[in-house]
Amino acid sequence: MTNQELQELITTWFSGPESVHLEFTEEGSQFLNVSINPEYLHELMSRLKENNHTGFDYLFCLTGVDWGKELGVVYHLESTKHRHILVVKVQTSDRENPWFDSVQDIWPTANFHEREAFDLLGIKFKGHPNLKRLFLSEDWEGFPLRKDYEDEVNMVVK
Amino acid sequence: METATINNNFKSEEYFINMGPQHPATHGVLRLLLTIDGEIIKKVEPDLGYIHRSIEKMCERDSYQQIVHLTDRMDYLSSHINNEAVCLAIENALEIEVPERVKVIRTIIDELTRISSHTLWWGVMGMDVGALTSYFYGFRDREMINDIFEETCGARLTMNYNIPGGLMQDIHPNFIKRVKEFITHFKTKLPEYDKLLTGNIIFQKRTKGVGVLSKEDAIAFGASGPVARGSGYSCDVRKHHPYSALDKVTFNEALHTEGDSYARYLVRIQEMWESISIIEQLIDNIPEGDFKVPTKAVIKLPKGEYYQKVETARGEFGVYIISTGGKNPHRMKFRSPGLSNLSLLNHITVGGKIGDLVATMATIDIVVPDIDR
Amino acid sequence: MYSSLIITNNIHSWVLGWMPASVTDITEMIMIATAYLTVFAVLGLFLVLMERKVAAWFQLRIGPNRVGFFGMFQTIADALKLLSKELTGTNKADKFLYNLAPYFLIISSLMALAVFPFSQNLQAFDINIGIFFLIAISSIGVIGILLGGWSSNNKFALIGAMRSGVQTISYELSVGLSLLTMILLTGSLQLSEIIEVQKSGWLIVQGHIPAVIAFMIYMIAGTAETNRAPFDMVEAESELGAGFHTEYSGMKFAYFFLAEFINMFIIAAIGTTVFFGGWLSPFGITESIPWLGVFWFLLKAFALVFLMMWFRWTFPRLRVDQLLTLEWKYLLPINLFNIVLMAIIIWLNFTIQF
Repeated sequence: MTNQELQELITTWFSGPESVHLEFTEEGSQFLNVSINPEYLHELMSRLKENNHTGFDYLFCLTGVDWGKELGVVYHLESTKHRHILVVKVQTSDRENPWFDSVQDIWPTANFHEREAFDLLGIKFKGHPNLKRLFLSEDWEGFPLRKDYEDEVNMVVK
Repeated sequence: METATINNNFKSEEYFINMGPQHPATHGVLRLLLTIDGEIIKKVEPDLGYIHRSIEKMCERDSYQQIVHLTDRMDYLSSHINNEAVCLAIENALEIEVPERVKVIRTIIDELTRISSHTLWWGVMGMDVGALTSYFYGFRDREMINDIFEETCGARLTMNYNIPGGLMQDIHPNFIKRVKEFITHFKTKLPEYDKLLTGNIIFQKRTKGVGVLSKEDAIAFGASGPVARGSGYSCDVRKHHPYSALDKVTFNEALHTEGDSYARYLVRIQEMWESISIIEQLIDNIPEGDFKVPTKAVIKLPKGEYYQKVETARGEFGVYIISTGGKNPHRMKFRSPGLSNLSLLNHITVGGKIGDLVATMATIDIVVPDIDR
Repeated sequence: MYSSLIITNNIHSWVLGWMPASVTDITEMIMIATAYLTVFAVLGLFLVLMERKVAAWFQLRIGPNRVGFFGMFQTIADALKLLSKELTGTNKADKFLYNLAPYFLIISSLMALAVFPFSQNLQAFDINIGIFFLIAISSIGVIGILLGGWSSNNKFALIGAMRSGVQTISYELSVGLSLLTMILLTGSLQLSEIIEVQKSGWLIVQGHIPAVIAFMIYMIAGTAETNRAPFDMVEAESELGAGFHTEYSGMKFAYFFLAEFINMFIIAAIGTTVFFGGWLSPFGITESIPWLGVFWFLLKAFALVFLMMWFRWTFPRLRVDQLLTLEWKYLLPINLFNIVLMAIIIWLNFTIQF
């Protein structure tokens, strides 16, 4: 499927409510980017996997990003059948208690990657069975990959 | 009544053992929390982070040239390929077209790196199933590759040979001659590997039907590299998204459908043969030309997002750069093959014995710094 | 009880000369025991050196080559180092059993050495149940391993010890039955008599087909009983770290280590005595020089030791369930069949004798 066809297909799934905030862009990226309201993330993801025309069954990269004001997650999806790639993005401006739906029931590989995002950026995932720190020790304070993280002892700032 | 109490007293009980972080079979500082009933594994829970250096955070502080050097320290056995991923991402972003010579040299060294990584894996694989001799056979051949690297770029393991825009320096005058020598040598030695391990009945008993991973699970768990190809999932980035000079060569993707440890073993052995064939196709045709194109002293990527994937010896390695136009990336993410491959360990080892866990882990071939980053 | 070599006779008369006859027995026993201990401690060290050299040869390395001539003193230096090391132990270990374990192992393996005839009359203790004694003694060693693994309060050690228990109990059967097959030929358990029988042809030749089968089973089971690769479940360093002796250090570790090598020599020595004619020379070429028997005995024994080292450095390790399958489903039935075959051959007088 080309990016154009993908875009048209996904738009038909969410034709209803206004609150979905479905946005497509190809600017500044080699793949098609979809951003969506976090409330509809799980629905979009399961449809992307289940639908025969999209068939995104391979989640190859899950990145937690601190955009400055917002926290977000970027999912890189690939279809092993059609060999097309799609990037899904979600964002939230709640820095104290950021919640997204977990996709580890759709792609088991997300289990570790979501734990990594939680560990380093403090993004929580609803429905994750074992959400605890992956790399850092349990008593670590703060989330190092956030832009406002400060550690005077361990960090070398230039 | 009497027997009932006795049976109650002798019920089997699960217990925990800590495998690692200092354990010979975990190849570094991986810690596995095993729940075991007698010899049978009930649950494997990896505990990571013993060598976490926060490379992604350091990348947000460093310039793009410096980032290339950090990638060496992740999967140190495929250091050249990791460098290349970052360099390709930067070159794509800046729309730099590197000379043909650079592409060919990069591909040759990529494949040499892959062979060197696989020979080390082969040695360690033998050691994990109890055949200590294979370790030295693997190292004997790896040494020749390291010597070639040392001559050309001065380092044996963390090479830093790639820079954005080309190579650090031109290849050594002896390079072509010594690569050819190595190829002739290695072609006689690779059958020896088969004699020592592949055909051995004990080795086959230890690996066949052990740690079986179906194709569906491989995809769902995000497996890549030889682990996924052992299950029949065609995922070679070199085939599907060719980079550097890989579009000029013909090679077969090693695929097996059994999905057990033995299949993963055979995939790696076959990959060594394929790497030899790629090198043979390129070594006589290195084009003349520059070894780099000049870049600015301070590289600034245009605003945007860049993703580049390459095939390391362990699987698909991805670099995801989010740039806001400054001289450092806003966010740098490394998609390491090891983390995804490790996440399926629990899935495929439960129900096996401790010996099976060790054999399976050897064929998953993890490098802990690659997982922890 | 005493051999009749001239030198021992001289010693006997010399001791008798200045000591009451009732004490001489004890004195001489102590002297012989001391001599044996010294000789076999050195033999153990030599075996370690040999293993390292053989391993190096298999693995494209040089091996020990710095201490002394061609590294000959390497293992002696190692032993000195181990002597000077601190004896550490785990908290909450069962101290008494923990300390007892290494002695069980080393004593049982040294005891076994007493019955071997190294040459004509060069034998400390010629009991009429020689083979039976050897099998009995060699199973005591496993108690040491079990105690060591159990008492050191370490789960890896415990798993190693339990594996060892399972393994030794299983393979004891094969060792016993394969030796029993040969006893059918000799009709005696006494080691000196077993060798006497072989003056008309080594037993492996006399018994031909069943004897060769018995020898192969014996070597497999013997390797398993000494816990060496490919049957080193007990140590399995890629699975269990160091297995049952994980928590031992210094000289206590050295006892375990030495016992393993002496056990290997014992298995080779039994094999030599029962299958290859012990100290007898091939075709009786040096029959007129009795002391050369020691040379032939050691030559044969070391050839078998080399065979076991060869196994170790070429084979991968079996898994614990495969190990038991091999014993109970293959070796034991073959062994039982083999005994019947041997009995038939003896009954029909099909043995080969010169």
